[in-house]
Amino acid sequence: MSSVLSSAVRRSSPRATFAWLAGTLALLAILPAYLPTYHVSVLTQILIFGVFAMSIDILAGYAGRTSLGHGAIFGTATYVVLYFVSTSGMPLYFAIPLAVLAATLVAAVFAVLAIRTTGVYFLLLTLALGMIVWGICLRWSVVTGGENGIRGDVRPAVIGDSRSFYYVTLICCTALTYAMVRFINSPFGLTLSGIRDSAGRMRSLGYDVSMHLFIGFVMSGFFAGLAGALYAMFNNFVSPSTVALTQSVTGLLMAIVGGVGTLFGALIGSFVMITLENFVSYYTQRWPTVLGLVFIFTMIFAPAGVLGTIRALRARRGN
Amino acid sequence: MDRRTFLKTTAAAVGGAGLGLAPTRGALAQAQTIKIGLLAPLTGVIAAGGKEVVEGFQFYFEQNGAEIAGRKIEVIVEDDASNPDTALQKARRLVEQSNVNFLVGNILANTGLAVANYVKGTGTPYFIPVIAADDLTQRQRIPHVIRIAGYSASQNSRPFADWAYKQGYRKVATISQDYTFGHEQCGGFAQTFTELGGTIVQQFWHPLNTSDFSPYLGQLASLGVDAVFAMETGADATRFAKQFASFGLRGRLPILAAQNMTDQSVIRTLGPEAEGLVSAAHFCEGSKDPATVKFVADYEKKFGILPSIYGFSHYSGAMWLAESIKKIGGKIEDRELFLKTVRELELTGSPLGKTVKLDAYGNPIYDIFIRKVEKRADGKLWNVPVTTYPGVSQFWKYDPETYMKQPAYSRDFQGIKKG
Amino acid sequence: MNLFQLLNGVTFAALLFIVASGFTLIFGLLRIVNLAHGALYLLGGYFGYSIASWSGSFALGIVGAMAGIALFGILLEGGLLRFVRGHELRQVLLTVGVAFVINDMALVIWGGDSFTVPVPDTLMGAVQIGPVFYPKYRVFVFGAGVAVFLLLWLLMNKTRLGVMIRAGVDDAEMVEACGINIRRIYLWTFLLGAALAGLGGVIGGAYLSLYPTADAEILVFSLAVVIIGGRGSLPGAAIGALMVGLLNSVGQVMFPELAYFVIFGPMAALLAFRPLGLFGKSV
Repeated sequence: MSSVLSSAVRRSSPRATFAWLAGTLALLAILPAYLPTYHVSVLTQILIFGVFAMSIDILAGYAGRTSLGHGAIFGTATYVVLYFVSTSGMPLYFAIPLAVLAATLVAAVFAVLAIRTTGVYFLLLTLALGMIVWGICLRWSVVTGGENGIRGDVRPAVIGDSRSFYYVTLICCTALTYAMVRFINSPFGLTLSGIRDSAGRMRSLGYDVSMHLFIGFVMSGFFAGLAGALYAMFNNFVSPSTVALTQSVTGLLMAIVGGVGTLFGALIGSFVMITLENFVSYYTQRWPTVLGLVFIFTMIFAPAGVLGTIRALRARRGN
Repeated sequence: MDRRTFLKTTAAAVGGAGLGLAPTRGALAQAQTIKIGLLAPLTGVIAAGGKEVVEGFQFYFEQNGAEIAGRKIEVIVEDDASNPDTALQKARRLVEQSNVNFLVGNILANTGLAVANYVKGTGTPYFIPVIAADDLTQRQRIPHVIRIAGYSASQNSRPFADWAYKQGYRKVATISQDYTFGHEQCGGFAQTFTELGGTIVQQFWHPLNTSDFSPYLGQLASLGVDAVFAMETGADATRFAKQFASFGLRGRLPILAAQNMTDQSVIRTLGPEAEGLVSAAHFCEGSKDPATVKFVADYEKKFGILPSIYGFSHYSGAMWLAESIKKIGGKIEDRELFLKTVRELELTGSPLGKTVKLDAYGNPIYDIFIRKVEKRADGKLWNVPVTTYPGVSQFWKYDPETYMKQPAYSRDFQGIKKG
Repeated sequence: MNLFQLLNGVTFAALLFIVASGFTLIFGLLRIVNLAHGALYLLGGYFGYSIASWSGSFALGIVGAMAGIALFGILLEGGLLRFVRGHELRQVLLTVGVAFVINDMALVIWGGDSFTVPVPDTLMGAVQIGPVFYPKYRVFVFGAGVAVFLLLWLLMNKTRLGVMIRAGVDDAEMVEACGINIRRIYLWTFLLGAALAGLGGVIGGAYLSLYPTADAEILVFSLAVVIIGGRGSLPGAAIGALMVGLLNSVGQVMFPELAYFVIFGPMAALLAFRPLGLFGKSV
């Protein structure tokens, strides 16, 4: 089965894309100087969740496997950072690699179990696997602090204020985005897209489909883990809600709103969802309802997401 | 939230369009207003309690006017969604965007701990009328996090243990939700009870949201204990009471309930299975004290329900803050002075009808009621006093510094004295 | 494991079967993973609570909740899901949105207090089963689970609608090619599945109580049941429910810290060998 959500539309020219990216990056670099600190922290959050949503898009958009377990992978990294920094005083430069490693390992376990399935089965299985991680974080209270989670002073004093931490996040996100672009455009990434479109054909061409999907999942988990480690520094706090199903659902919705299979769309989706939540909650306490309506509306009217729809429109005009 | 702040936020949040608007604009015009950030779970698992937090807090200002020392009081409410990540984000917004003078609220311990961790960095005063985690006013206290009108988890269990011992109970089992709040409430009971000479026969810890208590009920029934100390909140409390009755244990085995189990938030939807439950708390809605009677009557008239611990605590918390602000003539910008005043205030008008003040660690000293659930003439259930223990602090009869040398209560450390 | 835990496991399994059978029917025939099923369960429970408290009749509560939730099911299928027919993932995510909306609206209407559906006096108290005293109501839950299983079995095997549903699960296009209006069968199936969620809500709401997030808890259990049993299979749902119910009962007592692992661990292991579950057929 091919990915139902991804939009097989023509991409814009590399030069135009580059101009857009340079412009966005410049804006992101200048903006914080003029924004109050709260908005800077919202922007930081948008970037972190942007990376998280992109990691989901690697699987959903390029391997045709929609995961509802990525929140658990993301949160594993957050937990590991907080646990080691706050209980054993491990320096951050050890804790972060360890956290990303842990998240990648969790992703590898998920991958082994899930890659044989497709479509909704993949979705359900990753959901269930994510629930296991959540259950462990909730119940294994000696290590995870149970319901109360773990508090700590993870973020070093040098980047203690919101602006400096924002710039650290911006640099990390730029580098990670670049890495993800390289990954999906590599021969390996193109093979993944081939598997998304027809696993059978790729298999008959001699590709090891399972191995490709496995590596694709693990890479996706690696990026999700990095986002989770950043989140640990952002909040200095972690609790089971960071690994909960809602986290996976939110990340996936961001990827979809932006446009599955567009990578940058995930960043747009993160921006749209987080600003929308901020905006709506000034007016009403019914954010869950608004979120639900966004889900329904997107699925019925705009399944290709923001970027997917723009590309489709442009492609139509081009013809 | 006024329109101007809103426009500013929207413009900035939506992106580039907000560039021209400096954040400080309008600050002068509002210098007269004192802004209070109230965090409450209005969605999620404890949403019913969150609603009462907001109602109780605002009710005080409705009754007494929203102006103190010539300055208008504006309460900005944010929903923490019963989720620490959201609580953190909303605390940031209140402090950094809405420029509130201080924060109040939260119900769930994890949301309170997350916010406390955040204000540690900003220095924003944060008042917690419901968050009961012992260490916030003990081993890990933060000077500007103060538990006005609240209580610490193990505080009320200690006089309760004393009372239980005096009833002749010698062998008690405990059953509790397996998280910090439960460990601390049970610990307070277990330590005092065993130091008096009683025995804790066995302790059961079950996960939050246990749908089925029958495995524990079966064992409790066969232990041959004199009574059961039960620490349950929310839906677990409802289910425990129901299932305890349906297994035929009601009347055969006395329950000593931690205070949340017989709080109005639980018993208002319960029936006969809750009648007769005994608990210990600083607030007792069926108390005959004129101040309490008046508060309960006003509250019931306004909201149609009897006040729970959430409504009561935030009403009293609002009073505490209002009195403190009045005392310093509204000069709330002087944080040190404000915090000192809050800490040293002797609250006289409290619905408890008694003067309430804080100990040196920022936790109130109370007369603790031993109370019993009874049916009122109109059929509603409420707690009525059985007896009181005057002047109980979070340290009971211990010396604070010595006490804090022992570890915090946990599953593994309950302070049990071996006979 | 003693008799007591066995009984607990079995009665919980009966409730799970009632909820999961509706889920698996919809999943089997319409290919829709209805993640709003838990929300329908909770909403059904609230309906049942309100009706039973108002009328004093538990039976009326059940009937009202089933009818109300069936109506909701029709609205959901005919009003929203038909726009995304044939797109599996879009359907799933749409139902996630529906669940958010239903739960939030339920919070507005009923508030967040925990409610327990009132049961008739005849179902209160305990009966003696072998050496243990066991609550009558739970015996009733078990009976209800068995009754639902038998009725569904009769429906599937002895009625025209059932034959068409079963044929549709195996090959929907073939059914359509035979000149049968598959749309109508879809609608009936959805209605039936939703009504079962409503029934589960009332029955579960009387002893597990109703509160925000109760929907997610039952949904996760139902998912495990359906994943283990296989899409669209009633015997699969029954066996899956028994497995999950018993594992849950044992896990809670023996490995409280690993309670979720006890359920989902074996499920994941099973899937590694049978990705479509015990009775699942590939499309």
